[in-house]
Amino acid sequence: MKEMILEYIRNEYLDDEDDEDIELNETTPLISSGIVDSFSMVSLKRFLEKKCNVSLPDDEATPEAFNTVNSILTLVQKHQKG
Amino acid sequence: MAYSESVRNAYQEDLKSIRDAGLYKEERYIHSPQSACIKVEFPSGSELKEVINLCANNYLGLSSHPEVVAAAHRGLDDRGFGLSSVRFICGTQDVHRELENALSTFLGTEDTILFPSCLDANAGVFEAVLGPDDVIISDRLVHASIVDGIRLSKAMTDTYKHANMDHLEQKLQMHQDRGKRLIVTDGVFSMDGDLAPLDRICELAEQYDAMVFTDESHSSGFIGKTGRGVHEHFGVMDKIDIVTTTLGKALGGAAGGCVSGRKEIVELCRQRARPYLFSNTMAPPLVCGALKVLEMLTASTERRDKLEENTKFWRNGLLEAGFVIKKGDSPIVPVMLFNAKLSQDIARDLYAEGIYVVGFFFPVVPKGQARIRTQLSAAHDIPMLEGALEAFKKVGDKYGILGLDKKAIIAKYGN
Repeated sequence: MKEMILEYIRNEYLDDEDDEDIELNETTPLISSGIVDSFSMVSLKRFLEKKCNVSLPDDEATPEAFNTVNSILTLVQKHQKG
Repeated sequence: MAYSESVRNAYQEDLKSIRDAGLYKEERYIHSPQSACIKVEFPSGSELKEVINLCANNYLGLSSHPEVVAAAHRGLDDRGFGLSSVRFICGTQDVHRELENALSTFLGTEDTILFPSCLDANAGVFEAVLGPDDVIISDRLVHASIVDGIRLSKAMTDTYKHANMDHLEQKLQMHQDRGKRLIVTDGVFSMDGDLAPLDRICELAEQYDAMVFTDESHSSGFIGKTGRGVHEHFGVMDKIDIVTTTLGKALGGAAGGCVSGRKEIVELCRQRARPYLFSNTMAPPLVCGALKVLEMLTASTERRDKLEENTKFWRNGLLEAGFVIKKGDSPIVPVMLFNAKLSQDIARDLYAEGIYVVGFFFPVVPKGQARIRTQLSAAHDIPMLEGALEAFKKVGDKYGILGLDKKAIIAKYGN
């Protein structure tokens, strides 16, 4: 799942030419670094809900919860279990 | 709470961190009207220096035009200095409505509402016309005032990669379940000078049942055959639902902005847009000056034609000299330097040569995209631009960047 999310972020948020130097892994800050702007979080949320078959409540889909792929995994897994 | 030492220290720390990051903005005092050539005191206290101005939004050279100044004087004499009121209490004069009608005719829209600035127009419009069931899909490089305005609305937000129509289409497909969809873009992007592909955007809007918003602040008056904006350039004047623009750039350069478009949207702004409801009406001299500008631009395309010629000359000259510039047709011509310090050094050296330009770097532009943004005006003439080109060549040569491409400049100076 981790790879799938990383690939989505790469395709959705990084520009091929201008962002080629950005290293992206599961601990890379996404929101605080500006890779994912808060306006675009909805796409990532919808992608996760569809691919992981979960429903993420709006009050939990916060910039903090979406700041790294690790924190995203924690949030998704919590709701998958629930 | 008192303004204690600890509060003062905290603010001083904030200021220090801005200075340390090289982001501290200093004003330069201009001792002449806005023009192609201006007298500048910089640094503060130094002798006045006459420089060619290549960083104003004075695209049509109307900021200090005698006819505009005379019209503003008449407005001052006939309608007074100010109205001490918001529009809907006792702040609407006949000239305000005249200017709104003139803007509707000029922009090819159904109706228009004036705001104190385009920043205010952008701050007010989204909240006024969209609710929590709706979605705003904006280009990732839209102006900061649009970002702020979108934040104030309750609509869902999403973005598409800059000018990437495949990505926009994906987003429109994804949000078919929302009530209303609004695509939001700048007409001309202020940092890159490129035009939004409004023809393709309007096609997608029709296909996926979305409205279109465009901010024409950097195009009103000069882009398109008769200078109406990017929507005229792409032949989609009747397909745009919301246009915002400013009177503070090509259209006289004083102040004021507007929301123009579908009449119901304008009417809703009159009822709900907070910057309209809670801030003062535009001052009569500014309104009368702007009316004169629209009259002049409707009578003749001479100034936008001259700007087009100057732009071609400048772009060709920079390319022939061996600079890397952002391609396009607009009078915003970014000279790409990629390295923040290099952009500051070159801007400083150009000032010494009598050319007033500003270097931009992160966070104003993306990291590694530092540049000097040059802006042309119809007030420039060819000998003036020839002189400016010579100065650019001299300074470019000093730093050894002429003829280098992006990779070579980055290899030499880093990014």
